[in-house]
Amino acid sequence: MSGYAFDPCEKCEQMMQPYLDRVLSEEERVEAEHHLDTCEYCRRRYRFEAEFRRFVRLAAAEPMPPELKAKLRALRTPL
Amino acid sequence: MSENSPESSPRQLATDARDRVRFEEEALELSDQVYSVARRLTGSREEAEDLVQETYARAFRAWRSFEPGTNLRAWLFRILTNLNIDRGRKIQRSPDTQPLEETDYFLYNKLEEATPDGTPDERRVVERLSQNDAVSALAELPHDFRDVVLLVDLADFTYSDAAQILDIPIGTVMSRLHRGRRILKGTLAESAAEEGG
Repeated sequence: MSGYAFDPCEKCEQMMQPYLDRVLSEEERVEAEHHLDTCEYCRRRYRFEAEFRRFVRLAAAEPMPPELKAKLRALRTPL
Repeated sequence: MSENSPESSPRQLATDARDRVRFEEEALELSDQVYSVARRLTGSREEAEDLVQETYARAFRAWRSFEPGTNLRAWLFRILTNLNIDRGRKIQRSPDTQPLEETDYFLYNKLEEATPDGTPDERRVVERLSQNDAVSALAELPHDFRDVVLLVDLADFTYSDAAQILDIPIGTVMSRLHRGRRILKGTLAESAAEEGG
């Protein structure tokens, strides 16, 4: 946990992305969640960050053209 | 039945064919995800289609080098990202020198500032961003950063899978992800400011 800032909100900000990526240690996760429970400022930003990720994922996704699927199937080794 | 040597016996050949068919089917099931990332790695749908076809052609040729029981998805994405680099994407100036916004909350703070009543609902804040702007912002990301952002945020790979796919240390994945996401937010904040007036 060393390396994180002392100010709880600043520390929470530093832990936000790793928290969303689910890579914090158990101890850090509990600490981050405790802070989010008690701090409106960070909680708002947490909800935004989670929403923002969904938004980017949705914006970036593009369905594959069906013709391409057929072309890929044609690449299979003939039996 | 025939008396072939054990290594080329009909039974062996049949097992081989069955393994290959299973491999090909499993790989094809992942094609939507492969296309999705390929589309964001390339500038056009045509390029993405070529890249995905090349990826599958290579994967099917090299199927024996895939170790059953290991991560097929990561194996495919490794072929995809390597081929994408081979396509000779443009050399860019070192992205590490680009200045970053000083706070990760930058985008939220900007959007909140621009909201007349203040303290808006977080979901409504995100709705103020345009999907087209997000696609352009991803396209503008320096390639090294974009590779990592797409693998982790779009394709849902772990840091360690992304490190193996791109053949870079996990620490590099983390720093590129950090910077890439920041740059993405910075670009979107600019677009939102231009559009929101």
